[in-house]
This record gives sequence, C-alpha cells and structure tokens, in this order.
Amino acid sequence: MSGSRLLAGQETASHEDSDQLVTLIVEGQLFGLPIQQVRDVFVVSEMTRVPLASRNVVGLFNLRGHVMTMLSMRAFLNLEPAKETSTQTAIGIEWRGESLGLLVDRVGEVMTLSREARDPNPANLDPRWASLSAGVYRLNNQLLVQLSLDNLLSTTLKQAA
Amino acid sequence: MDDLLRDFVAETAENIDVVDRELVRFEQEPNNKTIVAQIFRLVHTIKGTCGFLGLPRLEALTHAAESAIDRFRDGAPVTRDLVTLILSTIDRIKLIMAELDKTSQEPDGADADLISQLEQVSLGLAVYGAAAETNTLATDFTTGSITYQVLERPLRPGEVPLDELERVFRETAADTVALRHPVKTDHAESKLGEHDTAAQIPAASGNSAQGNVPVRQHSIRVPVERLEHLMTMVSELVLTRNQLLEIARRDDNSRFKGPLQRLSQVTAELQDSVMQTRMQPIGTAWALLPRLVRDLSQELNKSIELHTTGAETGIDRQLLEFIKDPMMHMIRNAADHGIEMSEERVRLGKPARGNIHIEAEQKGGYITLSIVDDGKGIDLLQIKAKALELGLATQAELAQMNDQQVSKFIFHAGFTTAQELSNISGRGVGMDVVRSNIEQIGGSIDIATTLGKGTRISIKIPLTLAIAAALIIESCGQRFALPQMSVLELVRAGSSNEARIEHLHLSPVLRLRERLLPLLQLSEVLGLKQASAGETEIAPDWSNAFIVVCQVGQVKFGIVVDSVLQTEEIVVKPVSGPIAHLSCYSGVTILGDGTVTMILDPNGLLQYLGAVVEAHNDNASEEAQQGSITNERTAFLVFRAGNMTPKAIPLSLVSRLEDIDVSSIEMSADQRVVQYRGRLMQLKSCHDDLIVRASGVQPVIVFASEQAVIGLMVDEILDIVEDELKISTESTAPGNLGSAIIRERSTEIIDAAYFVPHFQASHGEATRGQRHVLLVEPNDMFQAMLAPVIQAAGYRVSRAATPEEAAKLAASTHFDAMIVNIETMLPSSFAQMLPERCHVIGVASRATPRLLEAAREAGFSDVVGLFDRQGLLVSLGENMTSFGEAA
Repeated sequence: MSGSRLLAGQETASHEDSDQLVTLIVEGQLFGLPIQQVRDVFVVSEMTRVPLASRNVVGLFNLRGHVMTMLSMRAFLNLEPAKETSTQTAIGIEWRGESLGLLVDRVGEVMTLSREARDPNPANLDPRWASLSAGVYRLNNQLLVQLSLDNLLSTTLKQAA
Repeated sequence: MDDLLRDFVAETAENIDVVDRELVRFEQEPNNKTIVAQIFRLVHTIKGTCGFLGLPRLEALTHAAESAIDRFRDGAPVTRDLVTLILSTIDRIKLIMAELDKTSQEPDGADADLISQLEQVSLGLAVYGAAAETNTLATDFTTGSITYQVLERPLRPGEVPLDELERVFRETAADTVALRHPVKTDHAESKLGEHDTAAQIPAASGNSAQGNVPVRQHSIRVPVERLEHLMTMVSELVLTRNQLLEIARRDDNSRFKGPLQRLSQVTAELQDSVMQTRMQPIGTAWALLPRLVRDLSQELNKSIELHTTGAETGIDRQLLEFIKDPMMHMIRNAADHGIEMSEERVRLGKPARGNIHIEAEQKGGYITLSIVDDGKGIDLLQIKAKALELGLATQAELAQMNDQQVSKFIFHAGFTTAQELSNISGRGVGMDVVRSNIEQIGGSIDIATTLGKGTRISIKIPLTLAIAAALIIESCGQRFALPQMSVLELVRAGSSNEARIEHLHLSPVLRLRERLLPLLQLSEVLGLKQASAGETEIAPDWSNAFIVVCQVGQVKFGIVVDSVLQTEEIVVKPVSGPIAHLSCYSGVTILGDGTVTMILDPNGLLQYLGAVVEAHNDNASEEAQQGSITNERTAFLVFRAGNMTPKAIPLSLVSRLEDIDVSSIEMSADQRVVQYRGRLMQLKSCHDDLIVRASGVQPVIVFASEQAVIGLMVDEILDIVEDELKISTESTAPGNLGSAIIRERSTEIIDAAYFVPHFQASHGEATRGQRHVLLVEPNDMFQAMLAPVIQAAGYRVSRAATPEEAAKLAASTHFDAMIVNIETMLPSSFAQMLPERCHVIGVASRATPRLLEAAREAGFSDVVGLFDRQGLLVSLGENMTSFGEAA
C-alpha cells in the first residue's frame, strides 16, 4: 500500500501543441496516458479476487481506504498473465466516477511530446490494439502508443453488462 | 443546470412544502392572520425569484396565486373551494418545478385555466380594488422611514404595491433563514423555539408538532455529497483505529495504550456526531401527510384527523426516502378501509371524527414507526376465509394460528378483503409492496388489530443503511461477507442423521426439521474450485462444511461454506462498474484487518438455484405463444464454458463433438492447434474465463468445412435440446448473441460467426478470388447464424439488413449471389434491383406454396429452408456453377 504521489509536483498545464503523457511499459511496448487522466501510481501487494468477474478484472485493492478495481493491461492486450511476483505496479485512474487501477509491467516517466510527432493508428495494426489506441507517437528510438481510456474501459464495461 | 437554478429548485421545493402545510392549517384556523402573512410571503419569494431567473410561466402562476392569497389576508372568507384551488395551483407549480429539475427548462403549456380562476377570486371577492388598497392600508400600518417607490406601469390584476410588501415583511415575525435549510436537523430545537415566538403566533399552539412555524436557527447549507464524503472518511478512520487496536492487543508495548485509548474514544465520538449530521427528523417525511389526509377525507367524505408524535426522532436521510411511500400507502389504507363513515361511527358510539396517529420512537439501533387508526379493524374471520380461498394455508394450519399470525396474511401478494375497489386502495397490491420495501432496508413490519377498535401497524427499521451487520464466511480460502439480516441460522453439516447432506440426482439438499432445504455450494457457484485444480473433480468433502440458512422473500435455501469466521459491522461500499453486473454481489467492504471483501447478495445467489428462472417460466412461454420471430423448433447443442451459465449453439452449425486429449494440443504461433483427421485444427476458447485443462481430455465442438476446421473448447457438453428460438435479451459482448430461454433455463446463445471468421481473416489468401455472397437478413440472430455457414463453405459474405441497404451495396459491388429472408421481406421488393449475373436465393423457415410462387415471380433462383444448412450450400454451389464462370 505504499502509494507514491509521484506526479503531484509535475507541471500539469499542457501546451497547445504538445501533450504530457505518463508512460508505462507492458511486454516491452511503451504506452502513454494523458497526465490529466492519471491520479496516482502505486505498488499493489495483496488483492482480493472477484470470482466470476471477467478476465480483465484482476481483483480489488485497498488503497488508503479506497476500494480500487484493478484491471490488467496484459489482459486488455490479450497477453498471458505476468509471472507471479509479490508486488506489481499500477496506475490509478478515475473514470466516470469509478476508482480504477491499471496493472502494468512498469511505469516510466512523464514525457512532454509534440503533437507533430503523433500519427494515427497504422492501418495494419491489430484490431484489438487499434481499439485501445488513440494514436502513435514517433519517439527517437521507439514508438509510443497513446491509450484511449474511453475505448479501453467502455468495452470492458459493455462486456460486463 | 447552472448553480443559480439548482439552488432555486432546491429552495423552492422546501418553500412549497411549507406553503402546503400552512394552507391546511389555514383552513382550520381561517382567522389566523400570521399564517396568511407567512403564506403570502413565501409565495411572493417564489414569484420574485422566478422573475429574476426568467421563468415566465411559473411567475405568472405564482403571481395569480399570490393575489388570491392576498384576499384571505384582507379578511376574505375562506371556503374549502378556495383552498382547493390554491392547492391545485401549488400542485401545478410542483409539476413545473419537477420538469425544471429534470431539464432545466419550463415545460410547454399554459396555466390559463388556473390563472383565470385565481384572478376571479382575487378580483371578485375583493372588498376593494388593488389601487384603493395602496392608500388605505400602506399609510395606516407602516411605521419607520419608507421611501415611496413608484411603479412605472399600472398594477396587474391583484398585484401588490411594493410598500404593501414592505409592510408585510415587517409584520411577519419569522426569519427567512429557517426556510433555506436543506438538512432539517433542527426540528427538535424548533419545538423549543416555538415558545419564544408563541406570543406573536397566537394560534400556533393549537396544533400538533408538525405545524411548527419556522424560527431563527443557526445553521448552514452543506451539500449532501460533502456529508457523505465525511461519513466515508470517518468510517475509514474507525477501521484504521480497529487495526491499531488489533496490533496493540498483540503487542504489549504499554506506551501506546494510553494515547490509543484516547484516539479510540475521540474516534467513537466523531463517528457519532457525523452520524448525527446524516440524521434528519422523521417529521420531514411527514410534511406531506396533513395534505394527504385532508384530500382523503374530502374524497371519501369522512372526517379524519391526523396526529403525530415523535416527529423529531432522527433517521438516516437515505432511509427517509425509503419510508415515504410505504407510509403514504398505509395512511391511505387506514383512511379508506380503517376509518368508518361519520354516521357509522356515531352509531357505534365513537366520536364522529376518525383519528390516525403516527408515532415514531427510537429504541436501540432501531426506529419504530407506528400507524394507528381507531377505525373498524380487520375481521380476522374474513382474512382466514380469504387465506383458505387463495390456498395460503389449510384449515388445520389456520386453527393453530394466533390472531397476529392470521393478520399477517394481509402482507401476502394479491391479498385484499375490500369488497369493492376504490380509487384509493383495495387492489390487493399494496401491503405486500410495503412489506418488501421495508424488508429491503432491513426492517420488519407487524400488525395488531382489534375488530371494531382499530388497527396498529408497526414498522421497525434500522437507524442507518451505511453500516450493516454481516457474517464473515470463508470458502476456498477466500473470505466473503453475508448480510446478517437475510441469515436465519447456521447449521454444521455432519455425518449424523439430523444434519446430513444428501443428493437428489446432482442437487445437494439438507433435511432440516422435516423440510428439504435446497443447498448451493458457494465454491461451485463462484467457480472458486476451478482455480485450484484443473483435474478431475474430487467428491466434495461435506462432513465439515457449514450451512448458512438464508431466506429471500418466501424462499429458504442453504449456502454451503467452508467455515464461518465471525460477525462484523461493515461499511457497505458500492460495487464498481466492471463488476457491477455480477448479481451475486451487493457491495464491497474493507474488513477490520484492511482486506477488501465482497459482500454476497443472497438474492443474487438464489438465481443460481434456478428458483427465479422457474418463476419466470410462465411468462416466457406465454410470450413465445404470442408469435415471436418464429415458432419453428430448433435443435440446440447446450454446453458449459467458463462460467455456470449454460450456452447454446444451433446444432445445424456443428460438425462433430470431440474429446481431444490435452497432451496432443500443440502451440503454433500463439494459438492452440491439434492434428485432427490429417488436418490441423485450430482450437479456440469459447469463453475468456475458460481454463484449458492441464491433463485428461478437453471437450471440443468442431466446425468443419472444406477449407478449415475450427475447434471450440468448452468445459462440458450438457445436452442436445429442441426448443423454440427466442432471444430475450441482446448482448453486446462479442461472441455472444444474447440470452434465450431453452428448456426453461436462461441460456447464452453463442455467435459462431465470431469464432469462425477470425480464422478466415488470418488466412487472407483464401478469401481472394472468392465468390461474394450478400446476405440480406434483418434479424441479427439469423444473420449471425447463416453467415458462418456460408463463410465456412468458402464464400465471402457481406451483410445487409434491409432491401434498401442491399440495393446500395449491390450498386457498388458485384455479388455472385444474394440470400434473402423472404419471410420477413417481400420478394417483390427485390425484383427491381436484381443485379446481373447474380443469383438470388430465398430462405424461409416454412416455404409455403404462396411464398415459392412470389419468389419465382420476383426472379429468385431458389428457395430453401432457413435451417437447411446443407440445402442452402448445395443451392449456392449449383447456381454458381450453372453460370459456368470459373473463378
């Protein structure tokens, strides 16, 4: 439960032609979430499993007295679950009034990226990935996929309903 | 909605409530000038704000009402008709307010009817005109320095000059602050405060507690959300304190003991006072009752008086909402069935005026609310007869029941002894709804009645909903909370005779006091076992299990768990979105040790027993009778995969059923494949949660065509059934078409198309140069059923839902064939658009001669049965080759 407000001091105002993204890494791929959508980053220890819930829901976690519903980024990407480790890192988000946690392999840094470096999804991108992506940033040595929380979560909730 | 309007709506709602109450009082004490002044001032405030916010309709109406009330203030005689007119005006205002609350806009329409009546009252009954009034009254009564304010237009009918208003405001003793009070935690104080103002309000003492005149209070408006948040935080604090105490108990380091003790005390006090802020006097829910009783007594032509005691009793504001409706209902009942007509009462030696008492009282953690009438009571013999008639009890059972047990029959659904239905009550759908409402919030309801003397209905409800007592149970190492209010008892299962678990076919049951109790095993229902072991099931060890006996409505059942740990007071939190659809949970909570725990919902669990499905059966089959998509019976393969809900797929799509040896499954490019009859069969999981077995055999449904073989892995093949196809709920989840009732069980219909085309897409070269078929079918279900069949046969499929859509597609793309459902779409609608060198095949579940002829006339090549998969493919193949055009 040792949550760290690592982003509190960051500058949150985004310039008109650039975006600030919190980066995260899943299976070696770099993803980014707009900093406005990220509430905190925390380390997850023990979770409570939710029997019968969909595969995306890993469990519930008590973050300083708030019950967070933990979702697995790996499950969204249709990847095998990560090897059992004692601690995992998660990104706390609030989406339509719900407190959710997104389990990722690793959380990177906050990057300020110019809009000009952004491309729409390439046409040959796997549909599953394309549905989660809001665009791709060309970085110097790799590509960054900007996640679309709305797409990601509305499909989860729709499946649930 | 902008803040200003929101505030206005909230404030006006309160103001109107006050006006409502005052008016009834006014009718009783027509000479009380203070009350008139109050009402006048309130209506005026509403009117003034309306004008400010630009709400012309509301303004016009309140203006007219104000003018009419003004007449009473001038001493005009008060008649019942007048009061009724004003009350209906206020009803109209409420209507507009409700619309404003919803849409932020005034509803369309005019109130000319009411306004003209009101204007007639204000002009016709006026002793003197509005203009004359200015001169006489204003100068006579106003003292102090007043600047004369000049209005630059003539006064509207009945409009009051500003100076006149000024005077009224000065003469009214009350303070406006009292009216701007969202959380009315102050009724107790206002009762005390009444003495201070008694001198100025001479008639106020004549009425009971609910008639308080608002007096000066020190309070502020706080948004409810903020209070809720405070409540949550305090709950967390309590939990943290509990954790600390737990640690301190184990650790003998006495340095902490003292401060911890204090922290504990302070926390408890804080919790108490925060709870207090959520409390509202129960009297706020009674505000509408005087009006209700007045209307009822007029409508029924009975004389009824309402008395209230204990209005200041505090109750959680959340619960307050819950009890409002049941209370109104019971008052209606009492007035309609309980109280006799005045003549009748006199004849019986009772006072002509009937009485209804409402009493509230707090006892322990509960509030007792009683509704008492001194009417004719309930005839128990009549109830017994009715119970016999409805088959609720036998003669022998009735003979053993005491009066109270008998009278409780009125809480059964459909129970009414009223000889004739009235507008107000007596349709027999009342008391059972009241009971279920009350039980829903963890309360209970009781009735005591004496024939000829009256009836007392007592409701016991908990003080608050936020904290509930729960039983903490364990199954497969995971803890769950079960609300204690639905738990009847705990039974330890053993090998002994009195608590032995037996099996009827596959269903576990328990003999409990000469009754069979259906059981459900929590670990099985929640699928907890699968996670621990994939191999063959070991017969469950029942000998040490606990059975929690629950009751939901009239159904009793037992939940088998591994152990029962303790009871705990838990803070109920809502279930979040991604898991909110799971009916087996009613919420989540954090236990004393900080772990998050799911709160089980016995009502949701009950559905797994099949009891609910059965209850709906009658309706479902009736619906099916009333002509749905088709009455054709379809053969389905029913199986289970991932969860407990049965799944089905039309049998016509299935090629074979196989048990595949798990060891023969290989991985190729991240996909499971198996060698099958000399070909490579790709295996797909039917459900996200399906766990592929680690050893043994895996049941697989095989879909085969000339080009590919797909295996769909499932947990268990259950049955092949023939039933009518009726999708009752549609699903948005991929791979799932929706739910249908098959063999009286709710079943998910699996979309074969979802699993098969994926395969095709990944072998892109196969689709090139393929024949292109357009499937025109308005029904998604059939579309989804037919498409994979055609696809599997090696055709490319496009889909359209209507003839128009099909025409559009056909204009831009060449189709080799078109398949049209001629049962739902007229063949003739296609006659105009048949593209060249395109075969049109009609499908119908029953090909009547008339249909065949119509299809031939429209130029269709063939007509085949909707479920005749083979026939359709043969027809497609034949017609294609008849063109002699090789691909």
